[in-house]
Amino acid sequence: MATATPEAVEARIVEALASFGPDIEQVTRDATFEELDIDSLDLVELAQIVEDDYGVELKGDDMKNLKTVGDAIELVVARAA
Amino acid sequence: MSRRRVVITGVGAVTPLGVGADVLLRRWVAGESGIADGEGACRDFVAGDHLSKKEIRRADRFAHFAMTAGDEALAQAGWADELPYAAERISCVLATGIGGLGSLEAQHDLLRDEGPRAVSPLSVPLFMPNAGAGTLSMRYGLRGQSFSVASACAAGSHAIGVATRMIQHGDADAVLTGGGEATLTPLARASFVAAGALSPSGISRPFDSRRDGFVMGEGAGILLLEEAEAAAARGATVLGEVLGYGSTSDAYHLTAPEPEGRHAAEAIRIALRDAGRTAEQVDYVNAHGTSTPLNDASETTAIKLALGEQVARATPVSSLKSSIGHLLGAAGAVEAIATLGAMRERVLPPTLGLEQPDPALDLDFVPLTARPLEPKAERPIALSNSFGFGGHNVVLCLEGVAAA
Repeated sequence: MATATPEAVEARIVEALASFGPDIEQVTRDATFEELDIDSLDLVELAQIVEDDYGVELKGDDMKNLKTVGDAIELVVARAA
Repeated sequence: MSRRRVVITGVGAVTPLGVGADVLLRRWVAGESGIADGEGACRDFVAGDHLSKKEIRRADRFAHFAMTAGDEALAQAGWADELPYAAERISCVLATGIGGLGSLEAQHDLLRDEGPRAVSPLSVPLFMPNAGAGTLSMRYGLRGQSFSVASACAAGSHAIGVATRMIQHGDADAVLTGGGEATLTPLARASFVAAGALSPSGISRPFDSRRDGFVMGEGAGILLLEEAEAAAARGATVLGEVLGYGSTSDAYHLTAPEPEGRHAAEAIRIALRDAGRTAEQVDYVNAHGTSTPLNDASETTAIKLALGEQVARATPVSSLKSSIGHLLGAAGAVEAIATLGAMRERVLPPTLGLEQPDPALDLDFVPLTARPLEPKAERPIALSNSFGFGGHNVVLCLEGVAAA
Protein backbone atom coordinates (compact mmCIF):
# COMPACT_ATOMS: atom_id res chain seq x y z
CA MET A 1 0.00 0.00 0.00
CA ALA A 2 1.26 3.47 -0.92
CA THR A 3 2.24 6.01 1.75
CA ALA A 4 -0.37 8.75 1.99
CA THR A 5 1.80 11.84 1.84
CA PRO A 6 -0.23 14.91 0.84
CA GLU A 7 1.76 15.19 -2.40
CA ALA A 8 1.22 11.53 -3.32
CA VAL A 9 -2.51 11.65 -2.54
CA GLU A 10 -2.96 14.82 -4.55
CA ALA A 11 -1.16 13.38 -7.55
CA ARG A 12 -3.16 10.16 -7.41
CA ILE A 13 -6.55 11.87 -7.03
CA VAL A 14 -5.83 14.36 -9.82
CA GLU A 15 -4.77 11.53 -12.10
CA ALA A 16 -7.87 9.48 -11.28
CA LEU A 17 -10.26 12.40 -11.81
CA ALA A 18 -8.61 13.28 -15.12
CA SER A 19 -9.14 9.70 -16.28
CA PHE A 20 -12.89 10.19 -15.70
CA GLY A 21 -13.21 12.94 -18.33
CA PRO A 22 -11.84 16.43 -17.57
CA ASP A 23 -8.48 17.61 -18.92
CA ILE A 24 -5.79 17.25 -16.27
CA GLU A 25 -5.11 21.04 -16.27
CA GLN A 26 -8.69 21.63 -15.14
CA VAL A 27 -8.26 19.39 -12.10
CA THR A 28 -6.93 21.93 -9.58
CA ARG A 29 -7.46 21.89 -5.80
CA ASP A 30 -10.05 24.66 -6.10
CA ALA A 31 -12.01 23.07 -8.93
CA THR A 32 -15.47 21.86 -7.88
CA PHE A 33 -16.79 18.46 -8.89
CA GLU A 34 -19.72 20.24 -10.47
CA GLU A 35 -17.40 22.27 -12.71
CA LEU A 36 -15.53 19.12 -13.67
CA ASP A 37 -18.79 17.25 -14.43
CA ILE A 38 -17.82 14.62 -11.86
CA ASP A 39 -20.96 13.01 -10.45
CA SER A 40 -21.83 10.55 -7.69
CA LEU A 41 -20.94 7.49 -9.82
CA ASP A 42 -17.47 8.94 -10.46
CA LEU A 43 -16.98 9.63 -6.74
CA VAL A 44 -17.78 6.02 -5.87
CA GLU A 45 -15.13 4.97 -8.35
CA LEU A 46 -12.68 7.48 -6.81
CA ALA A 47 -13.41 5.97 -3.40
CA GLN A 48 -12.56 2.50 -4.75
CA ILE A 49 -9.21 3.76 -6.07
CA VAL A 50 -8.35 5.49 -2.80
CA GLU A 51 -9.22 2.38 -0.83
CA ASP A 52 -7.07 0.19 -3.09
CA ASP A 53 -4.10 2.55 -2.89
CA TYR A 54 -4.22 3.87 0.70
CA GLY A 55 -6.56 1.55 2.59
CA VAL A 56 -8.88 4.46 3.34
CA GLU A 57 -12.50 3.42 3.32
CA LEU A 58 -14.84 6.22 2.28
CA LYS A 59 -18.59 5.90 2.80
CA GLY A 60 -21.39 7.54 0.85
CA ASP A 61 -21.87 10.13 3.61
CA ASP A 62 -18.20 11.10 3.43
CA MET A 63 -18.42 11.65 -0.32
CA LYS A 64 -21.65 13.64 -0.16
CA ASN A 65 -20.03 16.57 1.59
CA LEU A 66 -17.13 16.89 -0.84
CA LYS A 67 -17.35 19.96 -3.05
CA THR A 68 -13.85 20.46 -4.42
CA VAL A 69 -10.83 18.41 -5.42
CA GLY A 70 -9.03 19.90 -2.39
CA ASP A 71 -11.78 18.60 -0.07
CA ALA A 72 -11.20 15.06 -1.34
CA ILE A 73 -7.43 15.31 -0.95
CA GLU A 74 -7.70 16.63 2.63
CA LEU A 75 -10.19 13.94 3.63
CA VAL A 76 -8.00 11.11 2.34
CA VAL A 77 -4.82 12.54 3.93
CA ALA A 78 -6.62 13.00 7.29
CA ARG A 79 -8.11 9.49 7.28
CA ALA A 80 -4.84 7.85 6.26
CA ALA A 81 -2.89 9.55 9.06
CA MET B 1 -59.35 10.51 -40.80
CA SER B 2 -56.31 9.35 -42.71
CA ARG B 3 -53.39 7.89 -40.83
CA ARG B 4 -50.38 10.05 -40.01
CA ARG B 5 -47.53 9.16 -42.37
CA VAL B 6 -43.98 8.42 -41.24
CA VAL B 7 -40.95 9.54 -43.23
CA ILE B 8 -37.25 8.96 -42.69
CA THR B 9 -35.19 12.15 -42.67
CA GLY B 10 -31.82 11.00 -41.37
CA VAL B 11 -29.77 7.81 -41.19
CA GLY B 12 -26.43 6.87 -39.69
CA ALA B 13 -24.46 3.64 -39.52
CA VAL B 14 -21.34 2.13 -38.02
CA THR B 15 -20.66 -1.23 -39.63
CA PRO B 16 -17.83 -3.59 -40.53
CA LEU B 17 -17.69 -1.71 -43.87
CA GLY B 18 -16.84 1.56 -42.13
CA VAL B 19 -18.30 4.55 -40.34
CA GLY B 20 -21.23 6.03 -42.26
CA ALA B 21 -24.38 5.02 -44.11
CA ASP B 22 -22.96 5.93 -47.51
CA VAL B 23 -19.84 3.76 -47.16
CA LEU B 24 -22.05 0.84 -46.15
CA LEU B 25 -24.08 0.93 -49.35
CA ARG B 26 -21.18 1.85 -51.62
CA ARG B 27 -18.97 -1.00 -50.47
CA TRP B 28 -21.77 -3.56 -50.39
CA VAL B 29 -22.80 -2.66 -53.95
CA ALA B 30 -19.13 -2.94 -55.00
CA GLY B 31 -19.15 -6.50 -53.67
CA GLU B 32 -16.75 -5.82 -50.80
CA SER B 33 -16.82 -7.72 -47.53
CA GLY B 34 -16.28 -6.37 -44.03
CA ILE B 35 -15.70 -9.87 -42.69
CA ALA B 36 -12.18 -10.95 -41.71
CA ASP B 37 -11.07 -13.96 -39.68
CA GLY B 38 -14.66 -15.14 -39.52
CA GLU B 39 -16.08 -11.98 -37.92
CA GLY B 40 -17.51 -8.65 -39.00
CA ALA B 41 -15.72 -6.30 -36.60
CA CYS B 42 -15.94 -2.51 -36.93
CA ARG B 43 -12.19 -2.25 -37.45
CA ASP B 44 -12.29 1.31 -38.78
CA PHE B 45 -14.16 2.61 -35.73
CA VAL B 46 -12.04 4.57 -33.25
CA ALA B 47 -14.27 5.73 -30.40
CA GLY B 48 -11.98 8.68 -29.59
CA ASP B 49 -12.57 10.14 -33.07
CA HIS B 50 -16.27 10.58 -32.29
CA LEU B 51 -16.77 10.65 -28.52
CA SER B 52 -15.26 12.32 -25.47
CA LYS B 53 -13.24 10.48 -22.85
CA LYS B 54 -16.20 10.64 -20.47
CA GLU B 55 -18.67 9.33 -23.06
CA ILE B 56 -16.37 6.44 -23.89
CA ARG B 57 -15.86 5.52 -20.23
CA ARG B 58 -19.55 5.66 -19.37
CA ALA B 59 -20.93 3.58 -22.22
CA ASP B 60 -20.40 0.13 -23.66
CA ARG B 61 -19.14 -0.33 -27.21
CA PHE B 62 -22.68 -0.99 -28.47
CA ALA B 63 -23.73 2.45 -27.22
CA HIS B 64 -20.55 4.02 -28.71
CA PHE B 65 -21.71 2.76 -32.10
CA ALA B 66 -25.25 4.04 -31.47
CA MET B 67 -24.08 7.53 -30.43
CA THR B 68 -21.84 7.83 -33.47
CA ALA B 69 -24.57 6.67 -35.85
CA GLY B 70 -27.08 8.92 -34.05
CA ASP B 71 -24.88 11.97 -34.62
CA GLU B 72 -24.75 11.14 -38.33
CA ALA B 73 -28.53 10.70 -38.57
CA LEU B 74 -29.28 13.97 -36.75
CA ALA B 75 -26.72 15.89 -38.79
CA GLN B 76 -28.25 14.60 -42.03
CA ALA B 77 -31.71 15.65 -40.87
CA GLY B 78 -30.44 19.11 -40.01
CA TRP B 79 -31.06 18.56 -36.31
CA ALA B 80 -27.48 18.97 -35.15
CA ASP B 81 -27.95 22.42 -33.59
CA GLU B 82 -31.57 22.50 -32.49
CA LEU B 83 -34.56 20.16 -32.06
CA PRO B 84 -37.35 21.20 -34.46
CA TYR B 85 -40.13 19.91 -32.14
CA ALA B 86 -40.84 20.10 -28.42
CA ALA B 87 -38.49 17.68 -26.64
CA GLU B 88 -41.50 15.92 -25.07
CA ARG B 89 -42.78 15.05 -28.58
CA ILE B 90 -39.56 13.26 -29.58
CA SER B 91 -39.04 9.65 -28.53
CA CYS B 92 -36.19 7.18 -28.67
CA VAL B 93 -36.65 3.45 -29.27
CA LEU B 94 -33.46 1.48 -29.63
CA ALA B 95 -32.89 -2.21 -30.25
CA THR B 96 -30.23 -4.50 -28.96
CA GLY B 97 -29.99 -8.26 -28.97
CA ILE B 98 -27.95 -8.57 -25.80
CA GLY B 99 -26.72 -5.16 -24.60
CA GLY B 100 -23.33 -4.40 -23.07
CA LEU B 101 -22.01 -7.94 -23.01
CA GLY B 102 -18.33 -6.96 -23.16
CA SER B 103 -18.79 -4.77 -20.08
CA LEU B 104 -20.71 -7.51 -18.28
CA GLU B 105 -17.93 -10.01 -18.94
CA ALA B 106 -15.24 -7.55 -17.78
CA GLN B 107 -17.07 -6.79 -14.53
CA HIS B 108 -17.65 -10.48 -13.92
CA ASP B 109 -13.92 -11.06 -14.31
CA LEU B 110 -13.29 -8.41 -11.63
CA LEU B 111 -15.88 -9.97 -9.32
CA ARG B 112 -14.33 -13.42 -9.67
CA ASP B 113 -10.68 -12.31 -9.46
CA GLU B 114 -10.79 -9.41 -6.98
CA GLY B 115 -14.10 -9.67 -5.17
CA PRO B 116 -17.33 -7.67 -5.05
CA ARG B 117 -15.72 -4.40 -3.93
CA ALA B 118 -13.80 -4.22 -7.21
CA VAL B 119 -16.97 -4.08 -9.32
CA SER B 120 -17.46 -0.65 -10.89
CA PRO B 121 -20.39 1.59 -9.94
CA LEU B 122 -20.77 2.10 -13.69
CA SER B 123 -21.42 -1.61 -14.30
CA VAL B 124 -25.20 -1.56 -14.57
CA PRO B 125 -25.40 1.58 -16.71
CA LEU B 126 -22.75 0.04 -18.96
CA PHE B 127 -24.37 -3.32 -19.55
CA MET B 128 -28.13 -2.74 -19.18
CA PRO B 129 -29.83 -3.35 -22.54
CA ASN B 130 -31.60 0.03 -22.40
CA ALA B 131 -28.26 1.88 -22.08
CA GLY B 132 -28.38 2.78 -25.77
CA ALA B 133 -31.83 4.39 -25.54
CA GLY B 134 -30.96 6.17 -22.30
CA THR B 135 -27.67 7.44 -23.68
CA LEU B 136 -29.19 8.79 -26.90
CA SER B 137 -32.12 10.38 -25.07
CA MET B 138 -29.66 12.21 -22.78
CA ARG B 139 -27.22 13.08 -25.56
CA TYR B 140 -29.86 14.88 -27.63
CA GLY B 141 -32.29 15.94 -24.89
CA LEU B 142 -35.19 13.81 -26.17
CA ARG B 143 -37.91 13.80 -23.49
CA GLY B 144 -40.65 11.69 -25.06
CA GLN B 145 -40.86 8.01 -24.13
CA SER B 146 -37.61 6.11 -24.53
CA PHE B 147 -36.85 2.44 -24.06
CA SER B 148 -35.15 -0.52 -25.64
CA VAL B 149 -36.56 -3.37 -27.63
CA ALA B 150 -35.06 -6.83 -27.19
CA SER B 151 -36.17 -9.51 -29.64
CA ALA B 152 -32.77 -10.92 -30.62
CA CYS B 153 -32.11 -10.66 -34.34
CA ALA B 154 -35.55 -9.15 -35.03
CA ALA B 155 -35.07 -6.25 -32.61
CA GLY B 156 -33.81 -3.63 -35.07
CA SER B 157 -36.91 -3.98 -37.23
CA HIS B 158 -39.20 -4.18 -34.20
CA ALA B 159 -37.79 -0.86 -32.98
CA ILE B 160 -38.54 0.81 -36.32
CA GLY B 161 -42.03 -0.72 -36.34
CA VAL B 162 -42.84 0.45 -32.81
CA ALA B 163 -41.40 3.90 -33.56
CA THR B 164 -43.60 4.10 -36.66
CA ARG B 165 -46.70 3.26 -34.64
CA MET B 166 -45.85 5.94 -32.06
CA ILE B 167 -45.89 8.59 -34.75
CA GLN B 168 -48.95 7.17 -36.53
CA HIS B 169 -50.84 7.07 -33.24
CA GLY B 170 -49.88 10.62 -32.36
CA ASP B 171 -47.79 9.81 -29.30
CA ALA B 172 -44.73 11.41 -30.89
CA ASP B 173 -43.89 13.71 -33.80
CA ALA B 174 -40.44 12.21 -34.26
CA VAL B 175 -38.62 9.13 -33.03
CA LEU B 176 -34.93 8.36 -33.07
CA THR B 177 -34.74 4.61 -33.60
CA GLY B 178 -32.58 1.73 -34.78
CA GLY B 179 -30.23 -0.56 -32.92
CA GLY B 180 -26.72 -1.22 -31.67
CA GLU B 181 -24.81 -4.39 -30.93
CA ALA B 182 -21.26 -5.27 -29.84
CA THR B 183 -20.99 -8.92 -28.93
CA LEU B 184 -17.71 -10.04 -30.46
CA THR B 185 -16.80 -11.49 -27.07
CA PRO B 186 -15.63 -14.90 -25.88
CA LEU B 187 -18.96 -15.68 -24.19
CA ALA B 188 -21.10 -14.76 -27.20
CA ARG B 189 -18.85 -16.75 -29.54
CA ALA B 190 -18.95 -19.82 -27.33
CA SER B 191 -22.72 -19.53 -26.84
CA PHE B 192 -23.57 -19.25 -30.52
CA VAL B 193 -21.16 -22.08 -31.35
CA ALA B 194 -22.82 -24.23 -28.69
CA ALA B 195 -26.22 -23.46 -30.22
CA GLY B 196 -24.90 -24.61 -33.59
CA ALA B 197 -25.71 -21.27 -35.19
CA LEU B 198 -22.24 -19.87 -35.93
CA SER B 199 -20.47 -20.75 -39.17
CA PRO B 200 -17.53 -23.16 -38.60
CA SER B 201 -16.03 -22.05 -41.92
CA GLY B 202 -16.36 -18.36 -40.97
CA ILE B 203 -17.93 -17.61 -44.36
CA SER B 204 -21.24 -15.80 -44.77
CA ARG B 205 -22.85 -17.11 -47.97
CA PRO B 206 -26.61 -16.88 -47.67
CA PHE B 207 -28.67 -19.18 -49.91
CA ASP B 208 -25.54 -21.05 -51.11
CA SER B 209 -25.61 -24.84 -50.89
CA ARG B 210 -22.44 -24.77 -48.72
CA ARG B 211 -23.81 -22.30 -46.13
CA ASP B 212 -23.02 -23.53 -42.64
CA GLY B 213 -24.12 -20.85 -40.18
CA PHE B 214 -23.98 -17.12 -39.58
CA VAL B 215 -20.94 -14.92 -39.12
CA MET B 216 -21.20 -12.57 -36.17
CA GLY B 217 -20.86 -8.85 -36.81
CA GLU B 218 -21.16 -5.67 -34.75
CA GLY B 219 -22.27 -2.09 -35.29
CA ALA B 220 -25.27 0.21 -35.19
CA GLY B 221 -27.86 1.71 -37.48
CA ILE B 222 -29.88 4.77 -36.44
CA LEU B 223 -32.84 6.29 -38.28
CA LEU B 224 -34.71 9.48 -37.58
CA LEU B 225 -38.44 9.12 -38.28
CA GLU B 226 -40.70 12.15 -38.52
CA GLU B 227 -44.39 12.73 -39.08
CA ALA B 228 -44.60 13.54 -42.80
CA GLU B 229 -46.45 16.87 -42.64
CA ALA B 230 -44.23 18.23 -39.89
CA ALA B 231 -41.14 17.16 -41.81
CA ALA B 232 -42.47 18.85 -44.96
CA ALA B 233 -43.34 22.01 -43.02
CA ARG B 234 -39.76 22.39 -41.85
CA GLY B 235 -38.42 21.68 -45.34
CA ALA B 236 -36.73 18.39 -44.45
CA THR B 237 -35.21 16.22 -47.16
CA VAL B 238 -37.12 12.93 -47.15
CA LEU B 239 -35.12 9.73 -47.65
CA GLY B 240 -38.09 7.39 -47.74
CA GLU B 241 -41.25 6.37 -45.96
CA VAL B 242 -42.18 3.54 -43.61
CA LEU B 243 -45.36 2.31 -45.31
CA GLY B 244 -46.03 -0.89 -43.43
CA TYR B 245 -45.07 -2.99 -40.44
CA GLY B 246 -45.98 -6.62 -39.85
CA SER B 247 -44.93 -8.81 -36.96
CA THR B 248 -45.82 -12.33 -35.85
CA SER B 249 -44.38 -15.14 -33.73
CA ASP B 250 -43.72 -18.75 -34.66
CA ALA B 251 -44.60 -20.21 -31.23
CA TYR B 252 -42.68 -23.21 -32.50
CA HIS B 253 -39.10 -23.50 -31.22
CA LEU B 254 -36.74 -21.40 -29.11
CA THR B 255 -34.10 -21.04 -31.82
CA ALA B 256 -35.18 -22.82 -35.02
CA PRO B 257 -37.55 -21.11 -37.45
CA GLU B 258 -40.83 -22.83 -38.28
CA PRO B 259 -39.66 -24.76 -41.37
CA GLU B 260 -42.72 -24.02 -43.53
CA GLY B 261 -42.25 -20.29 -42.97
CA ARG B 262 -45.98 -19.85 -42.36
CA HIS B 263 -45.74 -17.20 -39.66
CA ALA B 264 -42.89 -15.35 -41.32
CA ALA B 265 -45.07 -15.30 -44.45
CA GLU B 266 -47.94 -13.91 -42.40
CA ALA B 267 -45.68 -11.07 -41.21
CA ILE B 268 -44.95 -10.24 -44.87
CA ARG B 269 -48.67 -10.26 -45.69
CA ILE B 270 -49.48 -8.03 -42.71
CA ALA B 271 -46.74 -5.55 -43.67
CA LEU B 272 -48.06 -5.34 -47.25
CA ARG B 273 -51.65 -4.93 -46.09
CA ASP B 274 -50.57 -2.29 -43.57
CA ALA B 275 -48.80 -0.49 -46.42
CA GLY B 276 -51.82 -0.78 -48.71
CA ARG B 277 -49.65 -2.46 -51.33
CA THR B 278 -49.75 -5.76 -53.20
CA ALA B 279 -47.05 -8.39 -53.73
CA GLU B 280 -46.82 -7.37 -57.40
CA GLN B 281 -45.74 -3.85 -56.41
CA VAL B 282 -42.65 -4.97 -54.51
CA ASP B 283 -39.39 -4.10 -56.30
CA TYR B 284 -36.93 -5.69 -53.88
CA VAL B 285 -36.77 -7.85 -50.77
CA ASN B 286 -33.93 -7.34 -48.30
CA ALA B 287 -33.75 -10.81 -46.83
CA HIS B 288 -32.93 -11.77 -43.27
CA GLY B 289 -30.60 -14.21 -45.12
CA THR B 290 -28.37 -15.30 -42.26
CA SER B 291 -26.44 -18.08 -44.06
CA THR B 292 -27.75 -20.69 -41.65
CA PRO B 293 -29.16 -23.82 -43.31
CA LEU B 294 -32.53 -23.43 -41.56
CA ASN B 295 -33.20 -19.69 -41.92
CA ASP B 296 -32.41 -19.44 -45.60
CA ALA B 297 -34.64 -22.42 -46.42
CA SER B 298 -37.63 -21.33 -44.32
CA GLU B 299 -37.29 -17.70 -45.42
CA THR B 300 -37.33 -18.71 -49.10
CA THR B 301 -40.49 -20.71 -48.43
CA ALA B 302 -42.04 -17.79 -46.56
CA ILE B 303 -41.35 -15.32 -49.37
CA LYS B 304 -42.99 -17.69 -51.87
CA LEU B 305 -45.98 -18.25 -49.59
CA ALA B 306 -46.54 -14.55 -49.03
CA LEU B 307 -45.88 -13.17 -52.51
CA GLY B 308 -47.08 -16.18 -54.47
CA GLU B 309 -44.70 -18.52 -56.29
CA GLN B 310 -44.70 -16.62 -59.58
CA VAL B 311 -44.29 -13.12 -58.15
CA ALA B 312 -41.65 -14.37 -55.71
CA ARG B 313 -39.53 -15.75 -58.54
CA ALA B 314 -39.68 -12.42 -60.36
CA THR B 315 -38.71 -10.38 -57.27
CA PRO B 316 -35.02 -9.76 -56.51
CA VAL B 317 -33.96 -10.78 -52.99
CA SER B 318 -30.53 -10.20 -51.42
CA SER B 319 -28.79 -10.34 -48.06
CA LEU B 320 -26.56 -7.66 -46.53
CA LYS B 321 -25.29 -10.28 -44.09
CA SER B 322 -23.24 -11.70 -46.97
CA SER B 323 -21.08 -8.57 -46.71
CA ILE B 324 -21.02 -7.64 -43.01
CA GLY B 325 -22.21 -10.71 -41.12
CA HIS B 326 -25.06 -10.72 -38.64
CA LEU B 327 -25.37 -7.62 -36.45
CA LEU B 328 -28.03 -9.32 -34.27
CA GLY B 329 -30.16 -6.57 -32.69
CA ALA B 330 -28.72 -3.92 -35.01
CA ALA B 331 -29.22 -6.00 -38.17
CA GLY B 332 -32.76 -4.89 -39.02
CA ALA B 333 -31.86 -1.22 -38.58
CA VAL B 334 -28.72 -1.39 -40.70
CA GLU B 335 -30.61 -3.39 -43.34
CA ALA B 336 -33.43 -0.83 -43.48
CA ILE B 337 -30.82 1.91 -44.00
CA ALA B 338 -29.09 -0.07 -46.76
CA THR B 339 -32.46 -0.80 -48.38
CA LEU B 340 -33.37 2.90 -48.43
CA GLY B 341 -29.98 3.66 -49.97
CA ALA B 342 -30.39 0.95 -52.59
CA MET B 343 -33.78 2.37 -53.59
CA ARG B 344 -32.34 5.89 -53.78
CA GLU B 345 -29.43 4.72 -55.94
CA ARG B 346 -31.74 2.46 -57.98
CA VAL B 347 -29.47 -0.50 -57.41
CA LEU B 348 -30.00 -4.12 -56.36
CA PRO B 349 -27.09 -4.94 -54.04
CA PRO B 350 -25.71 -8.47 -54.36
CA THR B 351 -25.69 -11.56 -52.19
CA LEU B 352 -21.94 -12.18 -51.90
CA GLY B 353 -20.48 -15.67 -51.71
CA LEU B 354 -23.44 -17.19 -53.53
CA GLU B 355 -21.46 -19.30 -56.02
CA GLN B 356 -23.16 -22.67 -55.68
CA PRO B 357 -26.90 -22.10 -55.48
CA ASP B 358 -28.92 -24.51 -53.36
CA PRO B 359 -31.31 -26.12 -55.88
CA ALA B 360 -34.09 -25.98 -53.31
CA LEU B 361 -33.72 -22.19 -52.96
CA ASP B 362 -34.75 -20.95 -56.36
CA LEU B 363 -35.42 -17.22 -56.06
CA ASP B 364 -33.44 -14.42 -57.72
CA PHE B 365 -30.90 -13.78 -54.97
CA VAL B 366 -28.85 -11.27 -57.04
CA PRO B 367 -25.74 -13.45 -56.76
CA LEU B 368 -22.29 -11.86 -56.52
CA THR B 369 -22.86 -8.74 -58.64
CA ALA B 370 -25.14 -5.72 -58.19
CA ARG B 371 -27.72 -4.92 -60.85
CA PRO B 372 -29.82 -1.87 -61.65
CA LEU B 373 -33.14 -1.55 -59.82
CA GLU B 374 -35.88 -0.54 -62.22
CA PRO B 375 -38.85 0.48 -60.11
CA LYS B 376 -42.33 -0.53 -61.25
CA ALA B 377 -43.71 2.83 -60.16
CA GLU B 378 -42.38 6.35 -59.61
CA ARG B 379 -41.22 5.37 -56.12
CA PRO B 380 -39.67 1.96 -55.46
CA ILE B 381 -41.09 -0.36 -52.80
CA ALA B 382 -39.04 -2.81 -50.75
CA LEU B 383 -39.60 -5.28 -47.96
CA SER B 384 -37.02 -5.84 -45.22
CA ASN B 385 -37.27 -9.11 -43.30
CA SER B 386 -35.95 -9.81 -39.80
CA PHE B 387 -36.40 -12.98 -37.77
CA GLY B 388 -35.04 -13.75 -34.32
CA PHE B 389 -34.30 -16.45 -31.76
CA GLY B 390 -37.52 -16.78 -29.81
CA GLY B 391 -39.55 -17.11 -33.00
CA HIS B 392 -39.98 -13.37 -33.64
CA ASN B 393 -40.83 -12.31 -37.19
CA VAL B 394 -40.81 -8.69 -38.37
CA VAL B 395 -41.25 -7.25 -41.84
CA LEU B 396 -41.04 -3.59 -42.82
CA CYS B 397 -42.45 -2.23 -46.06
CA LEU B 398 -40.37 0.78 -47.11
CA GLU B 399 -40.88 3.24 -49.95
CA GLY B 400 -38.01 5.02 -51.63
CA VAL B 401 -38.02 8.45 -53.19
CA ALA B 402 -38.83 9.51 -56.76
CA ALA B 403 -35.88 10.00 -59.08
CA ALA B 404 -34.29 13.44 -58.72
